[in-house]
Amino acid sequence: MAFLEVHDVHTYYGNIHALKGISLTVERGEIVTLIGGNGAGKTTTLRTICGLLKPRRGKVILDGEDLADFKTHQIVYKGVAMVPEGRGVFARLTVEENLDLGAYSRNDRATYASDLERVFGLFPRLKERRKQVAGTLSGGEQQMLAIGRALMAHPRILLLDEPSMGLAPILVEGIFDTIKDINREGTTILLVEQNALMALSIASRGYVLQTGQIVLQDSAENLQANEMVQKAYLGIE
Amino acid sequence: METAKPRTTALKVPLSTYRIVQIILAVIFAGYLIWRIYQVFFVEAVYGPDTWMRFTIAGLILGGVYSLIAIGYTLVYGILFMINFAHGEVMMIGAFGGYFTFEALRAIPASTATNPDTNFLNAHPTISVILAFLIGMSLSSTSGFFLEKIAYRPLRGAPRLVPLISAIGASIFLQNAAQLLFGAQRRDYANPDALARGIGFEIPVGEGIVVLTYTGVLTFVLSIVIMIVLYFLVQRTRLGRSMRAVAENKPVAALMGIDVDQVISRTFIISGALAGAGGVMWGIHLGLVFFFVGFIPGIKAFTAAVLGGIGNIPGAMLGGMFLGIVESIGPAILGLNFQLKDVIAFAILVLVLIFRPTGIMGEVLTEEKI
Repeated sequence: MAFLEVHDVHTYYGNIHALKGISLTVERGEIVTLIGGNGAGKTTTLRTICGLLKPRRGKVILDGEDLADFKTHQIVYKGVAMVPEGRGVFARLTVEENLDLGAYSRNDRATYASDLERVFGLFPRLKERRKQVAGTLSGGEQQMLAIGRALMAHPRILLLDEPSMGLAPILVEGIFDTIKDINREGTTILLVEQNALMALSIASRGYVLQTGQIVLQDSAENLQANEMVQKAYLGIE
Repeated sequence: METAKPRTTALKVPLSTYRIVQIILAVIFAGYLIWRIYQVFFVEAVYGPDTWMRFTIAGLILGGVYSLIAIGYTLVYGILFMINFAHGEVMMIGAFGGYFTFEALRAIPASTATNPDTNFLNAHPTISVILAFLIGMSLSSTSGFFLEKIAYRPLRGAPRLVPLISAIGASIFLQNAAQLLFGAQRRDYANPDALARGIGFEIPVGEGIVVLTYTGVLTFVLSIVIMIVLYFLVQRTRLGRSMRAVAENKPVAALMGIDVDQVISRTFIISGALAGAGGVMWGIHLGLVFFFVGFIPGIKAFTAAVLGGIGNIPGAMLGGMFLGIVESIGPAILGLNFQLKDVIAFAILVLVLIFRPTGIMGEVLTEEKI
């Protein structure tokens, strides 16, 4: 059985039927990407997985356990961490306080120092600014902080929502390299991206979403070669 | 999806007529105030330095109580963006808690070396006062906890006006429940003899003597200590960090593993404890307790919280102190009857709302908070 299994999920915003039966799987150690345009339901899928939205129908199963009865903070304790869209750093808290909150779900303070060093190793900029209030960081630094904060939880699966959004291309490459590094260290990753080119370059498999449905699923190479994907998301005519 | 996108606004806001009227009014008001201060100090000179000192001390003591209650408004607003209008009643419950503690301890016979036939209250005033505060604060905390559970939590997703109305309802309910339980009469807060009202350190100032009452010293010092403890709680502890995280962004706080509902409950417990301490101080220092005792200090503390910038903890502390002092020296400066001090406090509320709705230390309200 797959590590994360989303089975025929239907999620609504009020009366709006946002997800119309999404099914996907993520195996342990994989990078899987969800690509698609605006309003396709990518963010909604992630929010449903971590319990911020409850599906009206369908199941989210993590490591064999149905998440339906758990609230978001309980799901976090089960090893799911999310880097929300728009980063969601706590702007009035310092960098260090943000990272500390990332480790909120971890009770063993013993590994705290080494976790912090690991994050500072990945993002040296954060170390320089650890006493600074997060709201004063640049967009790229905030993205680093959001990812670092999620890593502090030692997630078994990391959900990344548009880590490239609003970043300069050079920063995007750096962030994606880091995502690859994080994956190599053993964290499973589900990556939502509008930047399909970058996402497919690091993912092993991908799903293409359109208006709340999965229209295509394949290995990353096959998707990159797919004519429809090339036209719609890669900008290749 | 809910993250606030930066709004594009015009860089230069043209001066509106409203703004011009505001400025003219502010100048007239400031001019009048300066003229009055000049009159009072140099022309009329009715009050000597001892009287001014008395006013200031009274203001600081009252200000300490206002600050404690104001922090409760600000904490809850910071997290739920609602005004807990039943907060004054939470304070009233604390005041009653202290009152009944004193009454119960008075009924316990005890003997000391100097007086073989006394009661526990007078034999052990320190323990009695500590007990009164503990019981008052825990009763207020408990009522704050249930208030949130019963009156606010079911309305969490509702439009913002709905919990506000529920708060007013809860306030009326608690007042009437207290009236039913304890009667409508005003009761004398019977302090231990060592802490009787009116006695204290006598400081000669100018030609007069200023009495720094023991109850006043206790009230002021304790309120400062509690505020310092609260500051460390919010800034340095895990609970404090999670409170600040929930205040800023609830979904993301949940994504950190924070139980948002639990943090909200604890916020009400803490703000209840502060109001309870304020209530016991009110009783000990001013000496009266009855079912309506929380109403005026509740609204005054709300004014203080708005004055300091609602949602801002240091703002609430400063706002409370400022309001206490203004209320006590304001009538003298403006040459008004001293019974009009409430008018001054509420005039300040109106002025702040007109001229600076974000308060002294308030930040610009972001879209999500409006």
